[in-house]
Amino acid sequence: MEHSQPADSIETPGHAALMVKRFPDGTILSEDTARPQVLVPKERILEAAAYARELGYDHAESVTGVDYPDQNEIEVVYHLGSYTDESLNGTVMALATRAPREEAPKPGHDSTRLPSLRGTFYSVEFHEREIFEMLGVYFEGHPDNRRLLLPEDWADLPPLRKDFAIKGR
Amino acid sequence: MSAQLPPGLQLEKTDERIMTLNVGPQHPGSGHMRLIVQIDGDYIVACDPDPGYVHRGEEKMAEYRNYITNIPHLERPVIHDSCNILYPYVLGVEDLLGIEVPERAKYVRVIASELNRCVYTLYWLAIYGIFLGHSTMFMWPTGDRELFIDLLEKMTGARVTHAYMVPGGVRNDLPANFEDVCLRQVDYFEKRIAEYADVFYDNPILIARTENTGVLSRTDAIRLGTTGSVLRASGVDYDIRKREPYDVYDSLDFETNVLRAGDAYARSKIPWLDMMESCRIIRDALSKMPKSGSVRVKLKPNPKGGDESVYRRVESGRGALGCHIVSRKKPEPYRVKLSVGSFRNLIALPYLLKGERLGNMPSVYWSLNYWPVEADR
Repeated sequence: MEHSQPADSIETPGHAALMVKRFPDGTILSEDTARPQVLVPKERILEAAAYARELGYDHAESVTGVDYPDQNEIEVVYHLGSYTDESLNGTVMALATRAPREEAPKPGHDSTRLPSLRGTFYSVEFHEREIFEMLGVYFEGHPDNRRLLLPEDWADLPPLRKDFAIKGR
Repeated sequence: MSAQLPPGLQLEKTDERIMTLNVGPQHPGSGHMRLIVQIDGDYIVACDPDPGYVHRGEEKMAEYRNYITNIPHLERPVIHDSCNILYPYVLGVEDLLGIEVPERAKYVRVIASELNRCVYTLYWLAIYGIFLGHSTMFMWPTGDRELFIDLLEKMTGARVTHAYMVPGGVRNDLPANFEDVCLRQVDYFEKRIAEYADVFYDNPILIARTENTGVLSRTDAIRLGTTGSVLRASGVDYDIRKREPYDVYDSLDFETNVLRAGDAYARSKIPWLDMMESCRIIRDALSKMPKSGSVRVKLKPNPKGGDESVYRRVESGRGALGCHIVSRKKPEPYRVKLSVGSFRNLIALPYLLKGERLGNMPSVYWSLNYWPVEADR
């Protein structure tokens, strides 16, 4: 906490810009220094995660799955933070990627797949299991793609998909 | 030998030495939770936590209600810490709608969330006491918790589930004599909390049962992405209130508590030390708070966010609590994700129990500051 930011740090590009410089097929969603947001294609997500580690991020705080039926995609957003790098104190980077979405999902047996980031950020283990059951995204390389919160005999659609409607609403 | 059955349905011996045991789903006063443990003698060789018995679909429900009507149900996962679980949601909605909160409301919010932290921690401590068979430590925190519940009742009108935080401030202003009553209760509690050391924290039986039990190293605490008291008991000084101050925390005088041992004893001590800091924060906030002024800005009916997403976080009783809101120009949020401390700390449980004796399971489990309902959402 003692050493303050060097004066020239304002000129250095933000982490979102650095990400896109390294992965030109990525998109900057927000350049905010406290909350950089980047979207990278799923082929690049493993390298992007490794690069995020190089930038100082050491754990995933949160992983969100968002269903976009109108775009036929499911987005998975990893919120990465750092405990060890004090210059990243108030920074949480949102690293997002997208998987194809199918109308009649068969979780684990369809094209809705993404590489797992568990190898890079061990802390995503339970978060990815939750997204697997809630949105049907299968994480390749995750050793434990099992149900976590839902009952073992759940046979309906993954419940956080938009086409799963709450009764009475 | 039932290799076809999922783990947890195998109640018999799985091989010559290893036996699978179902612990739970039981309700230790906090919601149901099951642990599937494999034991060799009374040593745990593997543990598979099975949460989900109190899953309520909060995140799904949030997609069907507008930004304001989401408030009373989003606090349900931790009714004892309802101000803190609503805090990141409310901060996120304010970011989305571009609302500036009045200065007095910021102080009132901080006071409410610190009072709530004490209510939660005392309840957690009471259960920790009874988990270890220490019934005095169940009675004392349960009794002292009433001090804070009374204060919150004066503030919000409800003993638990306050629904007090709203985008734009707090629901209502403090009652006239709140400051005097609050200071009196906090003064009394500070004397009282010191006595917990005599009966519990300095108790040789507690120390023998929890010291060097379930040790989480600093490296692993970071790698597993743990948070809150679990992280700070392993020597990482990370508190959102200091690292990313929200509302008026940067102007208040308090310290973060860090211990290095990383064992169940250190993890059980941090929340107790945190309550003392909460008392400091409350006293400081009461003295610095503007004595009058508005506590809530009026919103437009059915406000809509833009086409963006926000992620805000606060330090709750169980560690960092993040809220990710995706907005798509509708009165309802498109997606709300709560990243809760309990869920994040759960990953440490199988890791810590490996190699422990079965008798140490309750002390390690509850030292993780875990709240089943919050983890399940």
